[in-house]
Amino acid sequence: MTTAVFAFYLFATVLLTSAVMVIMSRNPVHSVLWLIVAFFNAGGLFILLGAEFLAMLLIIVYVGAVAVLFLFVVMMLDIDFAELRTGFARYLPLGLAVAGVIFAEIVLAVGAWTPGAGVAMNDRLAGPPEGMTNTQWIGSVLYTDYLFVFQAAGLVLLVAMIGAIVLTHRQRPGTKRQDIGQQVARTPAGAVHKAQPGSGQGVEL
Amino acid sequence: MIGLSHYLTVSAALFVLGVLGIFINRKNVIIILMSIELILLAVNINFVAFSAYLQQVHGQIFAMFVLTVAAGEAAIGLAILVIYFRNRGTIAVDGPDMMKG
Repeated sequence: MTTAVFAFYLFATVLLTSAVMVIMSRNPVHSVLWLIVAFFNAGGLFILLGAEFLAMLLIIVYVGAVAVLFLFVVMMLDIDFAELRTGFARYLPLGLAVAGVIFAEIVLAVGAWTPGAGVAMNDRLAGPPEGMTNTQWIGSVLYTDYLFVFQAAGLVLLVAMIGAIVLTHRQRPGTKRQDIGQQVARTPAGAVHKAQPGSGQGVEL
Repeated sequence: MIGLSHYLTVSAALFVLGVLGIFINRKNVIIILMSIELILLAVNINFVAFSAYLQQVHGQIFAMFVLTVAAGEAAIGLAILVIYFRNRGTIAVDGPDMMKG
């Protein structure tokens, strides 16, 4: 058993185990932590496949951003998780049945699949062409053939960011805010006035 | 020797686990969002495996776009979750009938 084979089975086993723990665990905080384990092991599988750039991207984007976002939301909202677990056992048989059917369908479909005419399938992993690293390979195609799709992906992220801000932003009543225009428009005539109160009368403001 | 079918099997199992997660946690929208992330991860493994065995880089490029969409989807989903919680005080999504649709 070579190291690569051992590594594949290790990553695959831990990946599937942590995926099971994500959906079965009682505490959503544990679910998020298991999700992070799953992402790390998927990154390991990507490295075995020779996609180092995507592996690093997966760890940076998913573990560094998405999983931390999940963690923030889970910890900040005061949610009664025990109440949400009611019906867990009731839905389990149906879920297992649907999952079994989908898995069987995928296995049947992929088992019957053969590469079309003119498609050369390698029987082993094929890396980038000679003299290129994986990152160079991706960049040479991403910034030429896929330039507009790449820009559209950036637009998707922009829209997602604006959407998230618009959805969650709220103005609380009763908070004091700085109004620059009002400050600049303030003149001594409107702000100061003289008074000559009589003894014991006080000043009306 | 690890072939393409090994990776496809892992990815199919991961996909099915994501679907199962949606079914058994149908009240807890946080776990549902995590299950969707698992499904997209399974799709990404498929893309990268085919990319490696066909010696075509396009699978990896597409996996990057899937990653982008997954990040945007998580951000929007969690924002909706936050305002849903703010309005209802719970995140049980088995009966959102406020809009009487």
